[in-house]
Amino acid sequence: MSIVNEAKQAVRGAAMDVMEKAVALAPDSWMPGGEPDPLIRARHGSIGASIPRIDGPLKVRGAARFAAEFALDGMLYAALMFSTVPKGRIATLDTAAAEAAPGVALVMTHRNAPRMKPMPLFMTAEKADGGDNLPIMQDDRIHWNGQPIAVVLADTQEQADHAVSLISVTYEAEAALTSLATAKAKGTEPGLFLGQPLKAEKGDADAAFVNAPVRVDRRYSTPRHNHNAIEPHAATVAWQGDKLIVHDASQAVQHTAWSLGDVFGIAEEQVHVTSPFVGGGFGGKCLWQHQVLGAAASKLAGRPVRIALSREGVYRMIGGRTLTEQRFAIGAEPDGRFVALIHTGVAPTSRQNAFPEPFILPTMSSYGSPNIKLDVETVHLDMLANTFMRAPGESVGTFAMESAIDEMAVALGIDPVELRILNQPTEDPLKGTPFSSRHIAEAWRAGAERFGWSQRNPTAASMRDGEWLVGMGCATATYPYHRMPGGAARITLTRDGGARVEIAAHEMGMGTATAHTQVAAERLGLSRDQVTFAYGDSTLPGVVLAGGSQQTASIGASVIAAHHGLIKELLKLAGNDSPLAGLSADEVGTVNGGLAKLDDPSRHESYVSILTRSGRDHVAVEGSASAPLETMHWSMHSFGALFCEVGVNSVTGEIRVRRFLGSYDCGRILNPKTAASQFRGGIIMGLGLALMEETQFDERNGRVMNPSLSDYHVPVHLDVPEIDVIWTDIPDPRAPMGARGIGEIGITGVGAAVANAVFNATGKRIRDLPLTLDKLM
Amino acid sequence: MTADRTAAPAAAIRINGVDYPVPADPRVSLLDLLRETLNLHGTKKGCNQGACGACTVLVDGERIVSCLSLAVQHAGRSVTTIEGLASEAGLHPLQQAFIEHDGFQCGYCTPGQICSAIGMASELQRGVPSHVTPDLAADHIAPTHDEIRERMSGNLCRCGAHNGIIAAIRGTYAEAAE
Repeated sequence: MSIVNEAKQAVRGAAMDVMEKAVALAPDSWMPGGEPDPLIRARHGSIGASIPRIDGPLKVRGAARFAAEFALDGMLYAALMFSTVPKGRIATLDTAAAEAAPGVALVMTHRNAPRMKPMPLFMTAEKADGGDNLPIMQDDRIHWNGQPIAVVLADTQEQADHAVSLISVTYEAEAALTSLATAKAKGTEPGLFLGQPLKAEKGDADAAFVNAPVRVDRRYSTPRHNHNAIEPHAATVAWQGDKLIVHDASQAVQHTAWSLGDVFGIAEEQVHVTSPFVGGGFGGKCLWQHQVLGAAASKLAGRPVRIALSREGVYRMIGGRTLTEQRFAIGAEPDGRFVALIHTGVAPTSRQNAFPEPFILPTMSSYGSPNIKLDVETVHLDMLANTFMRAPGESVGTFAMESAIDEMAVALGIDPVELRILNQPTEDPLKGTPFSSRHIAEAWRAGAERFGWSQRNPTAASMRDGEWLVGMGCATATYPYHRMPGGAARITLTRDGGARVEIAAHEMGMGTATAHTQVAAERLGLSRDQVTFAYGDSTLPGVVLAGGSQQTASIGASVIAAHHGLIKELLKLAGNDSPLAGLSADEVGTVNGGLAKLDDPSRHESYVSILTRSGRDHVAVEGSASAPLETMHWSMHSFGALFCEVGVNSVTGEIRVRRFLGSYDCGRILNPKTAASQFRGGIIMGLGLALMEETQFDERNGRVMNPSLSDYHVPVHLDVPEIDVIWTDIPDPRAPMGARGIGEIGITGVGAAVANAVFNATGKRIRDLPLTLDKLM
Repeated sequence: MTADRTAAPAAAIRINGVDYPVPADPRVSLLDLLRETLNLHGTKKGCNQGACGACTVLVDGERIVSCLSLAVQHAGRSVTTIEGLASEAGLHPLQQAFIEHDGFQCGYCTPGQICSAIGMASELQRGVPSHVTPDLAADHIAPTHDEIRERMSGNLCRCGAHNGIIAAIRGTYAEAAE
């Protein structure tokens, strides 16, 4: 990050502050969600139905097409060579043998790559989604261990892979800063997130903590993680004149089109990004250097290119979650009420991006306390740019927060569920804004009942099953409701009675098309088979990031806007010969395949009739979502109550998760079948975070040491028990459809739930993830 | 699916009942032959190192990871991929069960999970034991929850559809066996 960029971010942060205060004080009725989405009240059975995925038949037949499965005429295959030093310059680079190898069409290095701008770094502009802001193959500089230094294009992947092995390179290495301890010794600086310092203070937490009758003050650490989507990153790229076509695996098609346009100096309309299916994203599938390299090499070679990263390539050039070192201190009265919460620590980032893992986020809204102090400090290391990974902040921040709460419960001799309920705030703990909808106590009670929490022995190391020590633990899950600006959608009604909803959204396994077909059918008063949902293409309307669990809200608000426009347009077409004559848009709704007066459904005319009478084949209306002011006016968060039972082998220290239950309060659930899968999926990734996941980073040279799925362990079938998931299903009146996003909350809290269960089983408190058996021996 | 009972010609690989020539380049893996030469993209590449199971196919009924196997090794053998499971009458029962039990999210590991489960079911039938099998000498092994989870552990899923996958396999094989 340059100083100019940081100054820009600070100015934007200050402007946001002023705006946020004004929005908080404005009347409810001025806000999006001030008038709750009518779909919350209208229940025709489509929303809330357990519909199987509409793309299920495609996926089980292997017929869903992913980025590396677009075959183009004359296509070349790319292979990459990665640097083996963390910093310095390329001293010698001999590509002659590679160029002469059979089938090779091009070897691209910094010597012959076309001139390009660096990628616009994520969040520095509305549609910027670059993972770093470095020059890409423009000079001989090395910035991280694993940086791509050469691209080989050949007729086959085998030829390209072989040719890479023929390239000789030497480096002039320079001293690199790759150790967190060394970097911290040189001093930390305040971490920024979306232009705002990751810092918050209320009251005097340090003084209140010192004077508190009961105190817990602990340090926790979490390691680096990789997303490890099973589909490796890939793009199939072609130039048609000055138009760039990218078949990508993307959770940000519009962002990527704009950003690639910026890199190559062409208009965003000249870049067409498609991404019909994504084989898992989790925050990792935005714009990284491989799409740029593929497009540059394709331009140079004059032929289409497939650039599919090897699994090692994913670890070398796609960032993951950075590590954290956290302090969590709680001061409490003997009755359990918190008087001080302190959550501080360090999360390193790279020099070419700025994303210190915002681990304080969960502490901003989970508990009430008169005194709160939160602070994320950062240092800049010479490493691959880190990035968002599922629930950035909350995933690892809840490990510290919820472990510390458990430690406090032990210190106080209070049941950890009761301690959490006791400390629920009545308004946003830092901003003082009202909650839009918060039913965490109900979630705790329902979960405790179903799990059989009352069977737990609060004395640690007191339950045994043969050679297994058995324990139960609990923790809070939490994730905010987000909605980002830029959403837009188009609805087209056709004379055959069908509707098509189009928006540049994404399907990475969340069931996007399924859930939004249900929602659109309900909103338009149609059956699901009359509705088509189109997504995954940058030529469609809307800037919709599949991230921050905000895609559903963004699509919802965009379709609401288009729907308003559609009603107006249909009324115009209906004219004076319609039973709707004389009505205004506010007086009618869409029911039963047409428009009807809201308080007199007998005044109804079908879409088909309106279109037929007006001689139209179709009517298409595009609408742009309102600015997402609701998140500043209300405190909008989802919560969950997690319960875990583990067995810890008394001989080997092996941990097995025996049972797990998540009880969530996430607003209305649109499709119970796919929602349960999303919750479970998050929990399972959380089990990985708890028990095994770690990107091992060699602090001597900044190299990832386990760049494979053999050495980076993720949960496998035998690690995963049956996971029980329940929810309150209470709609959030301020959210479109009453639904808050559920893609990320699943992973949050799980690390602590497992660690707390391990403590209950063994009496050993592990404060450093992952909970591997060596830490229990 | 109707199996072609005649042996594949020595110089060809039979894939889903159709004979294809072995590739001229001996470095081509069975996986890359399927995906890049034959455009059978249903078989997925997740790691190309035998660690994730996404590329699992059936060779003469046995499940293998096709990324760790050279295409030329399969001359004269019969390969079934995910594209060969559904018939004109409809999806394979296991494919249908994956949809019903929501045994996938993104769908990328799915073809490998399905092919692997079909191979596994035949191993259980033949009494091939696993780490969790109580009776190593049994002629047939029951598809219990642990037995299925152990035997499917070579097929990674990152979306976390594990419960649905196991439920789909149990629904197809365990309940049929009961």
